[in-house]
Amino acid sequence: MNALSVQNLTVTYDKTPVLQKVGFEIPKGSLTGIIGPNGAGKSTLIKAILQLIPRISGDIQVYGKPYHRQRRLIGYVPQRSEVDWDFPTSALDVVLMGRYGHIGLIKRPGKKEIQIAKEALRKVGMEEYQDRQISQLSGGQQQRVFLARALAQDAQIYFMDEPFVGVDAATEKAIIQLMQEWKEEGKTVLVVHHDLQTVEDYFDHVLLLNKSPVGCGPTQKVFTMENLKQTYGGSLKFLGENSVVLQERV
Amino acid sequence: MSYDAWILLTGSLVGLTCGVTGALLVLRKMSMLADAISHTVLLGIVGAFFVTQSLNGLPMLIGAAIVGVLTAFFVQMLDSSGVQSDAAIGVVFTSLFALGVVLISFVGDSVHLDVEHALMGEIAFIPWDTLTVQGMNLGPKAVWMLGFVFLINVLFITLFYKEIKLTTFDPQFAALLGIPVMFIHYLLMGMISLSTVASFDSVGAILVVAMLIVPGATAYLLTDRFLILLILSGLIGILSAVTGFAFAVLFNVSIAGSMACATGLYFILAFIFSPKHGILMKQIRKYRLSSEQS
Repeated sequence: MNALSVQNLTVTYDKTPVLQKVGFEIPKGSLTGIIGPNGAGKSTLIKAILQLIPRISGDIQVYGKPYHRQRRLIGYVPQRSEVDWDFPTSALDVVLMGRYGHIGLIKRPGKKEIQIAKEALRKVGMEEYQDRQISQLSGGQQQRVFLARALAQDAQIYFMDEPFVGVDAATEKAIIQLMQEWKEEGKTVLVVHHDLQTVEDYFDHVLLLNKSPVGCGPTQKVFTMENLKQTYGGSLKFLGENSVVLQERV
Repeated sequence: MSYDAWILLTGSLVGLTCGVTGALLVLRKMSMLADAISHTVLLGIVGAFFVTQSLNGLPMLIGAAIVGVLTAFFVQMLDSSGVQSDAAIGVVFTSLFALGVVLISFVGDSVHLDVEHALMGEIAFIPWDTLTVQGMNLGPKAVWMLGFVFLINVLFITLFYKEIKLTTFDPQFAALLGIPVMFIHYLLMGMISLSTVASFDSVGAILVVAMLIVPGATAYLLTDRFLILLILSGLIGILSAVTGFAFAVLFNVSIAGSMACATGLYFILAFIFSPKHGILMKQIRKYRLSSEQS
């Protein structure tokens, strides 16, 4: 069964289409990198799937059912810059927010929920920082708090938006470890990613995107020079075999 | 209770009610919306007067809540259709307030409702406008209304505590979890409107804005905890009312005016001396750091 199926998804900002008739399918238990140049609509794609931004058209199915009936199955790690880190709250509180969907309206998180949140923080190596105000954390630590929050969601399909941007080595390791763990548990992970060097190491599936999908499938099949050229246009520079460097157009 | 005690109680309730609710607006970076709502509720009051032909408490609260939520709704609508958000607030706020000003001229002289009163309030008259039930004098109406609104606010904040917190910190994540983000937003706007209109009669729109925004901004400098921030903001509101009143009595000046000044004073104190975020400590930390390195 497919974990995610997207059909005919179109999103526009004002009148310019950002995503045009996007359709693809992601198998259960896969680790997919969403790759494409700047402005290709990678983050937009995730947000449109999660219904955080309006779309013109599109049918989204999660594990065979319409998106809105499957909210509990969905986990999300947004870009770090999406929230105000000066907000007066602690790391543990942020992780607890991952449980809010399970707790339901009005009810308070109980001991069990706090236990789950603490366990999630421990898993990303942040247990010492649980009472820290979130602005007192480094960028990598903040990213790990977001990871722990997603972990606490206990979802079946995870969406991550550029998790590797500006993080330290320890955090990068924590992210990779977590992705692997999720995969082993049969969960599905989609990651917006822009570092072409690491794609083959991290992901078993890729979705090449430039306003519409150029290719989608197993990394070995889809992550080819030809497809990359088509995705990035002329902005790629090739350094020998299997090694590409992105050269941004100025 | 003495005349002074009633004024103090009224002022403190304004500080408490506005302080707690306003802090939420400050955290949402929507302080200017408080400014807008505190003016547009005038339209709600006038509207309620035309419907009921009296300046009764409950219809006024309902009218103000409706117009307050409408203000927030119009601002949201303009904002999402491409008008810049500060301009959207400016347009909605002035138009609705102006409409209220125009309509108020149709209110006869026999009724105590005019623009100056709405802007400045007159807390000194509060103790004489009392609530009488079956011949029993139960104290000033304003105190009852403020107390009632405070309880409503506390009730909603307690019920929707975690939803309010999450939609303030990360509205997208809240939407993802299926939390009704817009409902919480308008609930908050309703609470702000209620607080405003309950405070209106005593202190007027201008002090309401001060009490809504400044204690919250002050508390923000003093703590890193959400709940403590809300409580602290309410306490600073009370403290401002008390010191403002003392100052007004001492120098025989406007009571509402000096209460508003007091909020500003406490903000400045926190801005300079706050142990965590004050500029003094920042300078000291910087100095220590540079002397350690040399």
